[in-house]
Amino acid sequence: MNRKAIIQVKNLVARYGEVTILDNITFDVYEGEIFVILGGSGCGKSTLLKHLIGLIRPYSGRVIIDGDDISHCDDKTFQKILRKIGILYQSGALFGSMTLAENIGLPIEEYTDLPKKAIDTLISMKLKLVDLDGYEGHLPSEISGGMKKRAGLARAMALNPKILFFDEPSAGLDPITAVELDNLINHLNMSFGTTMVIVTHELESIYEVAHRVIMLDKRTRGIIAEGDPKYLREHSQNLFVKHFFNREAEKETFIPKGQ
Amino acid sequence: MTDSKKLQSWQYRISGNEKGDIKLHIQGRMDESNAGAMINDLSGLLKERSPSSLTVDLDEVTYLNDFGALVLVELKRIMTSGNGLFRLENIDENIRKILSVLSFDALGKKGSFGRPPTPGSLVRLGEATLRHVSDLKNLISFIGSVCLSLIHVILHPRSLRTEETFSYMQRTGVDALPIVGLISFLLGLIMAFMSAVQLEQFGANIYVASLVSLAMTRELGPIMTCIIVAGRSGSAFAAEIGTMKVSEEVDALFTMGFDPTRFLVVPKIIASVIVVPLLVLFSDVFAIFGGLVVGVGMLDLTIGSYVAQTIKTLTLFDVFLGFLKGAVFALLIAWIGCLRGFQVKGGAESVGQATTSAVVSGIFLIILTNSIFSVILRYWG
Repeated sequence: MNRKAIIQVKNLVARYGEVTILDNITFDVYEGEIFVILGGSGCGKSTLLKHLIGLIRPYSGRVIIDGDDISHCDDKTFQKILRKIGILYQSGALFGSMTLAENIGLPIEEYTDLPKKAIDTLISMKLKLVDLDGYEGHLPSEISGGMKKRAGLARAMALNPKILFFDEPSAGLDPITAVELDNLINHLNMSFGTTMVIVTHELESIYEVAHRVIMLDKRTRGIIAEGDPKYLREHSQNLFVKHFFNREAEKETFIPKGQ
Repeated sequence: MTDSKKLQSWQYRISGNEKGDIKLHIQGRMDESNAGAMINDLSGLLKERSPSSLTVDLDEVTYLNDFGALVLVELKRIMTSGNGLFRLENIDENIRKILSVLSFDALGKKGSFGRPPTPGSLVRLGEATLRHVSDLKNLISFIGSVCLSLIHVILHPRSLRTEETFSYMQRTGVDALPIVGLISFLLGLIMAFMSAVQLEQFGANIYVASLVSLAMTRELGPIMTCIIVAGRSGSAFAAEIGTMKVSEEVDALFTMGFDPTRFLVVPKIIASVIVVPLLVLFSDVFAIFGGLVVGVGMLDLTIGSYVAQTIKTLTLFDVFLGFLKGAVFALLIAWIGCLRGFQVKGGAESVGQATTSAVVSGIFLIILTNSIFSVILRYWG
């Protein structure tokens, strides 16, 4: 394959105390793609995400982000890696005491040498990108949940990171807002070529945005499917994967005899 | 005239004519890594030459994102503010797309923005008045709701969450004992020291015992103990309930049919009212012990005479008064802590304010009530 792997996960094992959450996981994410991590509740999606962004160091194995190992690196390298990634948290995680403009301006002021006026223009651009122009002076408590996510996205993109991580982007949004967010993700991916890693279990959103997915499984604690979601829906041999993609959990008794 | 400058990932070339028109050829990447340097360099250059028109040739730009567009916006702003002309040339398809996504043409016209302007002083005065009136209303209705809940718990003792109450007794009382003990001991020590200097002149060393025991038991013991409790537990109550309010846990309680006051406030109040008077007693004992150390160590008193003088000075009423004060102060601390918690609106900042306010109002109420006690005792006691 010619494409460059921007994230490489090699033999990752994640444990909380004695409990193994992820066992020997290996996969690559290529530059410029929208990559979706999915799976049922409690299968370790969020744990995997925390490992990818360096919030948790793995029990064993490696996570390599754009050539640097985030799992075994010094503070300087870690800071360098953090500059390459942006994260949209589930609730947006905007700072409640700051206006949207101040929220987005925070990383820009800290990490660039742009003059104040230019920063204000840049903030307007970022808000325009997420369709929130005109909301610069609003506080997070004054806008809706969907808008908070978009503002959170604008903040995550403030420094144009190479990789954007999304934690359940459509959780808690109505279908129309969720679709709008999906469109926005597609649009940003096409415009700027940003690699996107999305953790979700919303099927509609997966078909809409995902170039490639991996599916985690609670029982094997590993990856049970990898590839194009539409292909997996039709052709996967794994019953659990098929059920998941076709939303058939309630129609048949698939636990655990089917496996 | 032409000149050029080389930086790491970009460079530019300038050609111009005598009329003051400048053409700027930018080569390389225009992104976050060099936007700051570009703006600095190019705006300096424009200021130096102040051309009548600027044409930017983007033919050799290999990559442009919003930071690159920002550079162009800044150039445009500088040019148009000096009534100069600004034009882009040789924009390729990708760059055109990005510029249109960012609606480049509309950018840079708006000025700087900030928070909405602060309203006039009259408006603020009015708002503050309304806020205080509603605060007062809140306060009164909260007193009512606490009274009702307490009555309900007295009539139906089983509805009290005993486990919770015991846990608060531990946190408010037992856990506070070491610090209350230490501070009271030192306070007794200091008082004995200071009074000894004066009393020694009259050969009245023995009255150090009277002074320390009486002052601590009647006044300082309850006040010091309750100030510590306000700092430790009043703030904790406010923060706990405030955080629950932010994360909608209080709403959840309400919709599940629980009375949030009975569920959250009553255990805290009952626990505090039970343990704080006991803490006050401990505080008295530690302070008397502190005085004793000074009396025996420095003033040549015997342990026996010191203790005898202390017992002679104190009446049961003094001890009871300290005990009563402790209970009343505890009630106020728990009440104001919970009230401030319930007043939290919004997010983390509001929780911080509530916590601060719980401690400050708590201490104020302690001192105020203590003054009221003094006045009553002066005329009645």
